[in-house]
Amino acid sequence: MRRWMNHPGGARWAYVFGSVLLFLFISQTITGVFLALYYVPSATSAHTTVAYIVKEVTGGSFLRSLHAYGSSAVVIVLLLHLTQTYLYGAYKGRRELLWISGCILLALMLAMAFTGYLLPWDQKAFFATTVGTNMASDVPFIGTWLKRFMRGGDEMGTLTVSRFFVAHVFVIPAVLIVFIATHVYLFRKAGAAGPPSEDPLNPKLPTQRFYPRQVVMDTIVALFMILILGLLAHFSPTELGPKANPADTQYIPRPEWYYLPIFQWLKYWRGPYAIIGIIVIPAITASLLVLVPFIDRRLERRPWRRPIAVGVFLVTLICFVLMGLMSERDDQRDPSIAKQVAKQREETEQFMREPFQPEGAASSLSAPAVSVLDPLAAAGKKVYESESCDACHGENGVGTAAGPKLTGATAQKPAEELSNLLRHPTAKMIEGEMKPVDLSDEDLKALVAYIKSLK
Amino acid sequence: MSEADDAPAITRDDDSVTRRSFLGVLLGFGTVVMGAALSVPLIRFALHPLLTKTTEIGWSDIGKTDEFASLTAPAKRLIKVEQRDAWRKIISEKAVYVLPPKDGTMRILSPICPHLGCSIPWNEAKQEFICPCHVAVFAMDGTKISGPAPRSMDALDSKVEDGMLKVRYQYFRQLIPTKEPLS
Ligand code: FES
Repeated sequence: MRRWMNHPGGARWAYVFGSVLLFLFISQTITGVFLALYYVPSATSAHTTVAYIVKEVTGGSFLRSLHAYGSSAVVIVLLLHLTQTYLYGAYKGRRELLWISGCILLALMLAMAFTGYLLPWDQKAFFATTVGTNMASDVPFIGTWLKRFMRGGDEMGTLTVSRFFVAHVFVIPAVLIVFIATHVYLFRKAGAAGPPSEDPLNPKLPTQRFYPRQVVMDTIVALFMILILGLLAHFSPTELGPKANPADTQYIPRPEWYYLPIFQWLKYWRGPYAIIGIIVIPAITASLLVLVPFIDRRLERRPWRRPIAVGVFLVTLICFVLMGLMSERDDQRDPSIAKQVAKQREETEQFMREPFQPEGAASSLSAPAVSVLDPLAAAGKKVYESESCDACHGENGVGTAAGPKLTGATAQKPAEELSNLLRHPTAKMIEGEMKPVDLSDEDLKALVAYIKSLK
Repeated sequence: MSEADDAPAITRDDDSVTRRSFLGVLLGFGTVVMGAALSVPLIRFALHPLLTKTTEIGWSDIGKTDEFASLTAPAKRLIKVEQRDAWRKIISEKAVYVLPPKDGTMRILSPICPHLGCSIPWNEAKQEFICPCHVAVFAMDGTKISGPAPRSMDALDSKVEDGMLKVRYQYFRQLIPTKEPLS
């Protein structure tokens, strides 16, 4: 089985995209793991932690930009890989499974892009994903359920962040790895198809080993790729907008560039026939793509001899590009939209200029709110302080190095038990320097009421 | 054996062993350089908490100085101490004693006993600080009088800004005769 090492017709620049994708996947994994060092997936902390990464952590903005630009690079190289394979007819000759596993990888990568987009929880992420998940409700029968499943409820919230996080970081990557392995295995098993003139089943052209020429070409492109990503990340880092504000009704969400064509397409489908545009046509397109090796079965691979297959593909591709451009143009033509989009840009830049704002921990200051309501407990607080209970048990019973806290379990004990313990501490308490309190019944009652108010 | 093995190989490459190894070296070198260049930001990113000081304690407000001008006994005040824990701000409440000003200077004492760390209350009747844990006794200005404490009560850094008395809260090592701040 040395066949898998060989390329009929020799190495070519056109074959580099698969390797580059693998390389980008590894790069995304590494940067992703590092970003997870500081990221917390919750609606309260996601934005703060990403802002912390961008504004405070050494190299944080660079790494996040590398990851964000990396996702765009994946989409671009995926399209190039798909186009090359398609135009070269490289799916022919018992390569159906190889092709289908590639289609699944395409879908998984788009799902990665979709789930990752929400995680920074800024305005852009929040509203784009609101629209994205809303689209799920157009799926017949299970639509509403599907949307709630994705969001973890009716509204976008903290459960949405954790769901998207788990999908983005655990579930989809695991499936991706399985399919990448399958894809590479199937490719090696079927062998490289070679140039379009080659017979896909029984290659006749002289072969060349994968190493060194193809490896060198792949590596050069991969290095070039990382160089571009690095320069972009360094000189034009990805921005973070202000924190998501679900109450904002003005915000005009726009998806990432690679989702613009779909976004534009959906604009044309409103009303009773929307289902055709939103579900039927995309479903047909996707099925056609997946089933191409079964439809276009001839062994002829040269693109100029396959006018229909190639024509349909190119027209679809051009439509995608045009729709993306039209979406841009629509926004620029409508002055109110253009103004709002400009305002949003300004808000993002404003936020980027502001210094990092740490998340206030309100919970650490919860104790002082107690006791004022109940006069008996208020009197108990005075006793607590005059008897120097606070010396060991801390202000408001939060505990110190010298004495345990009274909040929580102690405060929940019944009143009789508490007064008994105060008068006659247990052996263990005495060992911990607790002294029996010597108080009038009245003061003791107040003290117990105060302790009970600490909860 | 499969068909491809029978197909004639392009011999150009196999001839030039030197060229192949040259490409290999170039490739390896390029990858190593690129990998090294990339790992620098990665490592710095991961080491960020070690490379930066995050435990800096800020100044906390106690109150207007006029409030304390006519003090005759130490006054207990609660201050809010702000600390940074990476992206979080932790606010905790601490007690301090403001001493009656002497010649116009304010002194602030930490209530933490230098013996084993109990908080020391001011005993109004005896006009002394008396620690409830092992009965260390301190004078009104915090000087040690008797008991197991190894040193006098600890004064905290303070300053006055725009008429506002501010203090920098710190903990000090216990059981040693000298005042030594904890990290
Ligand atoms: S802790 Fe204050 S005397 Fe021991």
